Amino acid sequence: MVTSADGLSEAQLLDVKGLKVHFPVKEGVFSRAKKFCKAVDGVDLRIRPGETYGLVGESGCGKSTLGKAICRLLKPTQGEIRFLGQEIGNLSRAAMRPFRRDMQIVFQDPAESLNSRHTVREIIEEPFIIQKIGDQAFRSAKVEELLDKVGLESKAADRYPFEFSGGQRQRIGIARAIALEPKLIICDEPVSALDVSVQSQILNLLMDLQKELGVSYLFIAHDLAVVRVISDRIGVMYLGKLVEEAPGDELFDNPVHEYTKALLSAIPTPDPSRKHERIVLRGDVPSPIDPPPGCAFARRSPIEVSEEVASQEGRYEEISPGHWVELHPATVADYDRYSSR
Amino acid sequence: MGASDILLSVEGLRTAFDTDAGRVTAVDGVSFDLAAGSTLGIVGESGCGKSVTAMSIMRLLPRPAGEIISGRVQFEGEDLIQVPDERMQAIRGNEIGIIFQEPMTALNPVHKVGRQIAESISIHEGLNRKDALDRAVEILRTVGIPAPEVRIDEYPHQLSGGMRQRVVIAIALACRPKLVIADEPTTALDVTVQAQILELLQSLQKELGMAVIMITHDLGVIAETCSDVVVMYAGRVAERGSVSQIFDNPQHLYTVGMLNSIPRLDSPRKQRLKTIDGHVPGLMEMPVGARFAPRSPHPRVAEYLNSASFKEERPGMIEVDTGHWVEDCSYVRVEQ
Repeated sequence: MVTSADGLSEAQLLDVKGLKVHFPVKEGVFSRAKKFCKAVDGVDLRIRPGETYGLVGESGCGKSTLGKAICRLLKPTQGEIRFLGQEIGNLSRAAMRPFRRDMQIVFQDPAESLNSRHTVREIIEEPFIIQKIGDQAFRSAKVEELLDKVGLESKAADRYPFEFSGGQRQRIGIARAIALEPKLIICDEPVSALDVSVQSQILNLLMDLQKELGVSYLFIAHDLAVVRVISDRIGVMYLGKLVEEAPGDELFDNPVHEYTKALLSAIPTPDPSRKHERIVLRGDVPSPIDPPPGCAFARRSPIEVSEEVASQEGRYEEISPGHWVELHPATVADYDRYSSR
Repeated sequence: MGASDILLSVEGLRTAFDTDAGRVTAVDGVSFDLAAGSTLGIVGESGCGKSVTAMSIMRLLPRPAGEIISGRVQFEGEDLIQVPDERMQAIRGNEIGIIFQEPMTALNPVHKVGRQIAESISIHEGLNRKDALDRAVEILRTVGIPAPEVRIDEYPHQLSGGMRQRVVIAIALACRPKLVIADEPTTALDVTVQAQILELLQSLQKELGMAVIMITHDLGVIAETCSDVVVMYAGRVAERGSVSQIFDNPQHLYTVGMLNSIPRLDSPRKQRLKTIDGHVPGLMEMPVGARFAPRSPHPRVAEYLNSASFKEERPGMIEVDTGHWVEDCSYVRVEQ
């Protein structure tokens, strides 16, 4: 097993196996919860030290729920989450606290995730206080250093979040996330609410900080072009499951799953001379409450199969080094070639 | 564009809002023409005034805070700014349809889908309830809603986001308008649904021969759907022209900066993106001169920022190619 500079083995930063997050759904006033919303329904995922894992998918596919379960803002229903070699899936709030130093989260909407009654200083020094690190002078120096790192002036410390623009507020959120020098930051749609010129500034900042601090990112977004720029490996989620995972270029140059192909073809390209064929999928994404049996994508795929075939499960397999795909007659064009191997 | 086929002509539109902090001019002298049957994109970042421009054309500004100060909006021989409210009401929906970003807020949650479409038809075309409902079914079928006879009896919350947006489009198109204003029609939707909706809009446009004003922050959507583009920055038009003029030969440094900063599917991975330095000036501190100048990468822009002309003179527009107009200030233009 390869060992990275800080002594962590490749598999040891984050190793998620068979993770499920099911929410009970109540129907009517008197009935007990009998149905479950299967937001995350069996996900395997690994993140290596210093890398960015991009997680893409459309709304409701479970990508944010997966992120929240990994950093234990939600309790998983089933499965393992090994972080730094330890199982954290079942830990209590208190037992999780030491791990929070090493795992942080940046949310989509900085206006909602920053406490509006606190100054920027209070927001950024809070992690140090919770973890009982350093005295007032130490924290003060840290706040200044962190503001500088994320490209804000030190006088920003005594202002309130509402005094800043969206991009600046996201910088504040990032400063708080990197305060304790975590090993993993879950970035949940961190640039989706920002204008394009600000979006590129924040993506650059995240890439610069990764170079400097060696932090890993789980970068969750719906915009494939954004994910592509920042990620080393990318996973595509559909209705609670990963359907394809590959190193960045491989996924874009050689997508295998029909859903990935449709997603890629649907992105509008800012180049009027390049007219491309859009693959328009049939129907809507099925509900994660009572999802259809078997392959969740089969009934929307451009490859039409019988209901009998659709109701069979696909297999998630590695078709070339690091390239994993849900293999099913409806999800890959060359099913026979892959299945005979 | 010949004068004869111009459907809508906006000239020197200025719209202001009264806020607690004072009066702000959100749209400051916007002009453009729209040919019948064509698609014009208005693009820019949040706060640039693109939506206020659309609301001004439709006379849907919040009252009393918002007010059109000056300008003309010529539509089929009438100045929409001058026509009485009742006339404007007849034009809205009948001749100009509108599609909003958030279908859940554009639809009435307590009314069935069919009734909402039929309402617009019976108001504008004077059909009775039964006939209007039949038309509603027909229109829902045109916008690709399966089993429309069943869907007309459902409420908006029973539909998916993509289906809801189809209903909003159905309402906008119910009276076969000559112009549809779509304000970020796909921003709240997923990419695969967005593809469906854009495809639908384009085919309906061809079929009905209507013109579309597409307001969006997404340059990809503009490139794929529009024939002409207006790039707005801080309440003014930075540049306008055909889609190929703007994308292949951008002349304003803001357009260039924006085009360079979007991640593309073929841009190098794990490498810094280009950015535009600085930020949009606050509405209360808008300069008179070229508003992009404080962020301009032009090597001698400092001279301009300190000059009297930046403080006092508003740059005009110059035509650099047929139909391609750019703000006439060398400090925010691509160097010749």
